[in-house]
Amino acid sequence: MSLITTLARLEAVRAEAAQPAATVRHRHLSDRPLVFVPLITAGEAGAPLGALVGTDRHAPRLLVVPQPRDRDLRFTFLAELADVVLPYVEACAESVEAAERTETDPETGKRVKVEVDLCSDAAQLIVPSRAGVDFVRLLGRSMRFRRTAEQDPQTPHPAPPRVPLLGRWLTHYGERARVPGSSLLLAMTDLLGRHWATGQSTLEDQHLGALLAWIAPAEEGLTGAQAARRAELARDAEGQLLCPPAGPATDPAFDNRLLAPAIERYDRARTALAAAEDGLEADDRLGALTAAEREIRALVESRTRPTWESVWRGLDLLRELPAGAHADDRWTRDRWSFTSHRDRVLAGEPPQPRRDDAVTAANKLATREREQARLEAQEALDDPLVMAGRRLAGEAFAGEVVDVVMEYSESRRPSPRPLVTVRTDDRPHLGERARVYRSLGGRPQAAEYAGPGAEADTLVLRIMDKMGRGREPEAGSVPEKGDLVCFTLFEHEQRGGAKLPDPEETPWTHGGPPGEAAAVPEAADAQTEEDVL
Amino acid sequence: MTAETATAAAPAFDPGAEAARATAAILHDTLHGTERGVVVDSPPGAGKSTLVVRAALELAEAGRPLMVVAQTNAQVDDLVLRLAEKNPALPVGRLHSSDTDAYDKALDALPNVRTSAKAGDLAGLAVVLSTAAKWAHVTVDEPWRHAIVDEAYQMRSDSLLAVAGLFERALFVGDPGQLDPFATVGSEQWAGLAYDPSASAVTTLLAHNPGLPQHRLPVSWRLPASAARLVSDAFYPYTPFRSGTDHGDRRLAFGVPSDGSGPDRVIDEAAVSGWGLLELPARHTPRTDPEAVRAVASVVRRLLDREGAATSERSPDPVPLTAGRIAVGTAHRDQAAAVRAALADLGVSDVTVDTANRLQGREYDVTVVLHPLSGRPDATAFHLETGRLCVLASRHRHACIVVCREGVDGLLDDYPSTEPVQLGTLVKFPDGWEANHAVLAHLAEHRVAWRP
Repeated sequence: MSLITTLARLEAVRAEAAQPAATVRHRHLSDRPLVFVPLITAGEAGAPLGALVGTDRHAPRLLVVPQPRDRDLRFTFLAELADVVLPYVEACAESVEAAERTETDPETGKRVKVEVDLCSDAAQLIVPSRAGVDFVRLLGRSMRFRRTAEQDPQTPHPAPPRVPLLGRWLTHYGERARVPGSSLLLAMTDLLGRHWATGQSTLEDQHLGALLAWIAPAEEGLTGAQAARRAELARDAEGQLLCPPAGPATDPAFDNRLLAPAIERYDRARTALAAAEDGLEADDRLGALTAAEREIRALVESRTRPTWESVWRGLDLLRELPAGAHADDRWTRDRWSFTSHRDRVLAGEPPQPRRDDAVTAANKLATREREQARLEAQEALDDPLVMAGRRLAGEAFAGEVVDVVMEYSESRRPSPRPLVTVRTDDRPHLGERARVYRSLGGRPQAAEYAGPGAEADTLVLRIMDKMGRGREPEAGSVPEKGDLVCFTLFEHEQRGGAKLPDPEETPWTHGGPPGEAAAVPEAADAQTEEDVL
Repeated sequence: MTAETATAAAPAFDPGAEAARATAAILHDTLHGTERGVVVDSPPGAGKSTLVVRAALELAEAGRPLMVVAQTNAQVDDLVLRLAEKNPALPVGRLHSSDTDAYDKALDALPNVRTSAKAGDLAGLAVVLSTAAKWAHVTVDEPWRHAIVDEAYQMRSDSLLAVAGLFERALFVGDPGQLDPFATVGSEQWAGLAYDPSASAVTTLLAHNPGLPQHRLPVSWRLPASAARLVSDAFYPYTPFRSGTDHGDRRLAFGVPSDGSGPDRVIDEAAVSGWGLLELPARHTPRTDPEAVRAVASVVRRLLDREGAATSERSPDPVPLTAGRIAVGTAHRDQAAAVRAALADLGVSDVTVDTANRLQGREYDVTVVLHPLSGRPDATAFHLETGRLCVLASRHRHACIVVCREGVDGLLDDYPSTEPVQLGTLVKFPDGWEANHAVLAHLAEHRVAWRP
């Protein structure tokens, strides 16, 4: 945790209310995000209990698995989920604009520009908490290798038609969520935690109700800290939490006292229906089964609805912040990612493999590290509060230009290398001849640390570039006396990484080429006894 | 190099002969072996660079085009200078990036060293050296016959993946006890895979090629007898090494007598025993604990003021202990910056102050270390990392002085390692928790309690 975050949290403790950790919104928010509030069954990893899902705040779709251990009911749930999610994703996938991309020409090996489609918007998925992101990944993993009856008539438990496709999309979203700064799949607790600092630990911040209470307490007369405590602990006369956890895990008191008896009644009603001897009796018992199912639906809705409302309230709070200047730039990268997955699906490629090969893993890691550095730089440039944190950490400094002396490089064609003296109260960790950068019209201008100035709290920088080609620097390219400047010790833009070999050319140090085994499509997980009720 | 031969040889351990035997075996496998790779583990100061230079010269003499991969520009420049010193006639290429100041300007003075940012300009030279990052951008039609990968344990697996296509066979040299490479983002998703891109290059290499010959340099020439035993026991329990010198071969003496202050007493203790612990009262502090930082700075100031002189096997006469022979090691960069500022306030310049990561591979007469856990309320995986403490405790030829707040032993007991166990990954021994305890227990015997 950085020093400024610690300070903000201490201030939040003292004020008993969350403190801003950002002055702009650092993540893109879609005008029409898809909110997904899932619940899972205790003790059954990957067995969904239900979900609220949809793009309309006032009309979410409630999906429920009345008996979570029943494979057929689970498939029904997944098929319904696909009916909500896929049309939303496909609507985005269909609307495209023309864009340019640099590709390596396979024949000449040269980098050439090609015109390609870019989806004009991407589907954005919002879940309440980080555990929800993991659950999306798990759902994707459990669905993408399934076979439909159409794909494989022999499969013993064919998946509903669109379920494997949903699995591939959720897998893509789950992977993309690991890229720093990406906004395709966001957890509301992470979003709020990025923009506000509360007086509790980051672990406690995973409770969406408590986190929101710190930021904007809903009840009158309570401070953020009191409201958060209430959200976390307060129970009604029956011992149920007033603010249910945002899931996907449920509260044990709810599981034991409400859900388990309800599921048991449902099971009994189902057994009774199966044992019905004539039509009249069956009608009666079907009524009982429907009533039992309705009861479970009501229970699931009662536990997801508060979270659903919280997510939308969180979105309201975030929308009040102006968008960060670079957030759109990062969203464009998300759109590229979305488009490329769409293209892979359209091209009929197999689902994402269970494990990355050596080259894919290395490429992903390199991309994420680059995006992490890019995100850190862009957030600081977009937001003075974030920059203040970097300044406090000695990674940037701001101050006033007190002197500018013109000097020139020692070459046949001397170029300007002006010495700029800056007075600053910051304490940057500058080494000898360290490189520093400032944003000049959105482009980074580099300078070199030339040593401390003659007066106290001053330092001298030699401006190195972006001054034009002539002997005299272009107007506005050199700071003038009295200008307020902010230089960073970190670079603003990231260089592309090295090109890795193709997977077919994996070197001997990494196990060699994948061989023929990799060409066979992966089968779904083998059945075990636990899979069938 | 089995345990038996080590025990049998123990009564008459001849460090020079042991090291020569190991080196001969390594060079034999490198030049005449049939495997595509040879791995050499080298404890701190065991002559790794000397080995690399020697292997490079012998490969060049055998007429095998050689590329050398090191991890930083400073390491590459250092190797070029050493190669040129050993064989000034050898045509050497230094491949560098297109940044300004991409390489040490001292290289320009060497007649047979050619520098270029393009690999094509250096074709045909006997040895071409560069960083892993630069090599990753090179493409060749015909791979090099041989490569030497230096600091291979500090190289990440993905960075080896980017360059492994450039060579047919390679000698991998490194110190397994130093800091592991790290990633700035989470990489748990690949934990347990043989080619986990965030693992070290050697881990991946050996996972895929378990039959490669592995050697070990058995003698540390840097560490004094007082330190080799502790560092070997604490950080290399299954691959012990010895110091090349014996107790009494090295001596640190001071012209100015002690003034009785804490820093002076700890300096005297370290001069006699090789170790000193300056213990400040227990307290939770920010990372840049002002008191501890000042204590570090005053120890350095006194080391210089007291006209120290180091006697060692290198020269018959005592050599003055100058600022250039002292280093300060910290865990974090802001701590290093704070120490630098405190030293400047005391009028000290030219003393190296850096983090463990940047001190790797460097050597000094005396080191002053700000303990990574000093003043902390918790012990994170970062602070418990074995390699961090190992680097800090193994940079010195004479003495190491640790500045620390009281209570770290209790802190360690409160925070046992809690890293999740990942299936398929090799558990590293010793873990940082245990190594920290071992070092702390040893330091406790050389403690000077001080209330500034």
